[in-house]
Amino acid sequence: MNPVLLSNQKLLPTALAAAVAAVLATTPIMAQAEGKLSIYHWFEYIPQTLLDKFSSEYGVEVTMDTYDSNESLLASLKAGKLGSYDVAVPGDYMVQIMAEGGLLDTVAEGELANAANIEEQWLNVPFDNGRKYSIPYQWGSTSFSVNRDVYQGDISSTDILFDPPAELAGKINMLDSQGEVMVLASLHLGMEQCSQDREKLKELDALLQGAKQHWASFGSDIAKDVLVSGDAAAGMIYNGFSAKAREEGANLEYAYPDEGYVVWMDNVVLLKDAPNRDNAIKFMDFLLEPENIAAVTNFAQYSAGVTGVAEFLDPALASSPEANPPTGPAGSFVAVCDQATQEVYDQLWTRLRK
Amino acid sequence: MAGTIGGRTVSSTYAPVRGWLLLPSWAVIGVFLLLPMLLMLVYSFLTKEFRGGVIWEFSLAAYDQFIFDRGLFGDEAPSIEWTYITIFVRSIVQALLATVLCLLIGFPTAYYVATRPARTRALWLFLITIPYWVNLLIRTVSMKFLIRDNGPFNEALLGLGLIDAPFQLVNTNLAVQLGLFYSYLPFMVLPIYASMERYNASLSEAAADLYATRWQILRRVIIPVIKPGIVAGCILVFVPSLGAFLAPDLLGGAKTFMIGSLIEEQFKGNAGNWPFGAAASMILLSMVLVVLMLYARSQAKEL
Amino acid sequence: MQSAKAFDVKHYPGFLGVTVLCLFILYTPLIVVMVYSFNDSLSITRWGGFSLRWYVEVFNGVESAKFKSAAWNSLTIALAAGITSTMIAVAAAIGMVRGGQFAGKSVSFALLSMPIMVPEIVTAVATLVFFSAIGFTLGYGSIVVAHIVFCIPFAYLPIAARLQGIESSFEEAAQDLYASRWQAFRHVLLPIMAPGILSGFLLAFIISLDDFIITNFIKGAGVETLPTAIFGAVRQGIKPNIMALSTLMLLFSIAIVTASYLIGRKGGGSGRGEE
Repeated sequence: MNPVLLSNQKLLPTALAAAVAAVLATTPIMAQAEGKLSIYHWFEYIPQTLLDKFSSEYGVEVTMDTYDSNESLLASLKAGKLGSYDVAVPGDYMVQIMAEGGLLDTVAEGELANAANIEEQWLNVPFDNGRKYSIPYQWGSTSFSVNRDVYQGDISSTDILFDPPAELAGKINMLDSQGEVMVLASLHLGMEQCSQDREKLKELDALLQGAKQHWASFGSDIAKDVLVSGDAAAGMIYNGFSAKAREEGANLEYAYPDEGYVVWMDNVVLLKDAPNRDNAIKFMDFLLEPENIAAVTNFAQYSAGVTGVAEFLDPALASSPEANPPTGPAGSFVAVCDQATQEVYDQLWTRLRK
Repeated sequence: MAGTIGGRTVSSTYAPVRGWLLLPSWAVIGVFLLLPMLLMLVYSFLTKEFRGGVIWEFSLAAYDQFIFDRGLFGDEAPSIEWTYITIFVRSIVQALLATVLCLLIGFPTAYYVATRPARTRALWLFLITIPYWVNLLIRTVSMKFLIRDNGPFNEALLGLGLIDAPFQLVNTNLAVQLGLFYSYLPFMVLPIYASMERYNASLSEAAADLYATRWQILRRVIIPVIKPGIVAGCILVFVPSLGAFLAPDLLGGAKTFMIGSLIEEQFKGNAGNWPFGAAASMILLSMVLVVLMLYARSQAKEL
Repeated sequence: MQSAKAFDVKHYPGFLGVTVLCLFILYTPLIVVMVYSFNDSLSITRWGGFSLRWYVEVFNGVESAKFKSAAWNSLTIALAAGITSTMIAVAAAIGMVRGGQFAGKSVSFALLSMPIMVPEIVTAVATLVFFSAIGFTLGYGSIVVAHIVFCIPFAYLPIAARLQGIESSFEEAAQDLYASRWQAFRHVLLPIMAPGILSGFLLAFIISLDDFIITNFIKGAGVETLPTAIFGAVRQGIKPNIMALSTLMLLFSIAIVTASYLIGRKGGGSGRGEE
């Protein structure tokens, strides 16, 4: 089968011996080490330097895996990864879904020394009233950005995504995030989320089917790169991610469309069966310290939900167009639908990708 | 590919300990592959748990969803559901095209290499196998880099004045096609080469003595003789292409589902419908089995 | 062999052209990436002069720790899976090729080739669901187990092929001389089989090193292999440091194959130099 593979009789024992030695040498890696923290996090969101800082301050070995949508976080945990991670960073609606699904551990009153730092407005949130499971991480918005070298017209409407001008048609990247795509499409049609109105749902289906031809690709983690590299001329994107794309040289404008946009808050949660619960609590406390969470804000260009961050923030952020929504259009959180309704939306999504 | 060599007496030196020798492979594959497959088969007949998981109640819902369209709200009269059939058909067509493309390029290459003198033959073969050893992911990424809108391929064409605007290749089906072809080309060349190397050139000579033309020799003599190699090559390209994941994801922009991404989506993505993912896997698996059985049959006929 | 034909029966016009085209297709992307890994410019599309900075970054950059541990995992997993599957495959090959005719031989062969025949995505999903069902924590161990399974046929095929080419009279002669079955194996069969075993091991090793889909499904917290780490990185853009890393992996593969090729030529090619 592989004629290139050869024949030498002395090589084999030597190779095997070396291989066995190498494998034996690795066994310590597999052994249980004290002081670990296993994080399940969004991609390209937290600076490595901050993880290193936590690591050296607490003498904890930090490992991090990444996911690219709330839904894939949930799916991975359900498919057997629960019990291997300590903390994760789900968005608002996903905190509620995970809590209801029994995937989260509660943080007891008084366990977090810095709990008082949480901003008032983020304390009693609908998705986690009283902050039993989560602490605020970052919040921001999701709409879209347009490359101004390609298209100079008006971008204050979701038409850019669903009925784009000729310059942008076929050059649009959509986030691979069912919840957010559905909300933007619903806003475009002026229908409410989790609608059970059949006519409206059919309209939504038709909208997505019709808009698909204008979209070049689906992907969340690729969202910045396709705009920077020019593979896409417009793209659905998170506000901070768009700011980063702009900094990398793309002439991008982030839109706050009149129809509305998605607002979200990512939250650090304590996962059920966390192997290193104590370290997870330490990490959550660490992220409630203004200086530390400000480092995340400076890196990812979203906004923190902790008091006292202002003095640690990069001054440029204050004037960043992505971080300062205009007054007028309002943002909406993704709503959690009941099973029957959600299944219709799931079907719309599959039909979109067929 | 391996198999017993026909016509020779079968050696049975180790027959008394045969069971012990085979036990480890049976155990490992049986427990960690066959058993998981059976579990998937079972899962495909269970009820789905909302947002991922299964409920242990018998249900045909997964297969029903695959075959019948009951409208967006599930209460219309059932008609044939084309969504998933389309995805499967598209994947099959893509895999077939990739196979044909690999055959068109791979056969002449294998033939040419196999007919070189022994010394240069090894070098040619070496050149062809090198890319096969390079990580598939890296090869796919390289391909993507090469063909992106402002990548080297388009720059070169623009520079040569052959095109005016970048030729959009990334995120098209053509790119996926190219990616599949590129990924599995060595799988086609190697088995054909292996058959060709054993081909007795005097058969061609004999045919030529009987005034056969070059192409008649190819069609009537060479191809029939090395057919097992060709069929093996086609299977080695077709089967992995069918369930391919990297090429559609990286080169095709993940815009349209292929079988691989459809299945993945049920377990790792938005849909979270395990029984349906299991059913789709079983359908894919049975298609592969049909291909393999046809192959086995054709091989049996040869002997 | 002399023949009076008007044409060379072995020669087909255009086949050389196709072969060159084939090599061109296979190599162009790899060479382009190799060249651009030396590009000094941050922009991957413009050429900014020759530089080794991305190689420095692979080893010293922000992500270097991640890539180093991924490389280490890849290597150790491939060794563990390669060795284990090769041992299993040697036993299986002897049982199949030297075990005489027996009922269930074709079933056994089907089982052995199953990991190649089942589409990778199905294997990945089934393994994930199975591990999850039996409560096997995903991590380093789960990757090794899954890799052993799909490496078995790749190790088996070259070993069985080699074994089929060895006359059984060697071992029979040894046993006639009162060697035990084990002694006949150890001192007669094993040395003759060695090249096949080495081929099988190398194939299994590379296949394990190469695997992305299955690993991506069943890897556990904090355990990355090189392919999964690279996949995560390239999704966010093909950065020059990834090209540098890819080039290094490419050179590593080429080095292994070249070494094998050279050793093979020295070892076995001496008697077959002539046409």
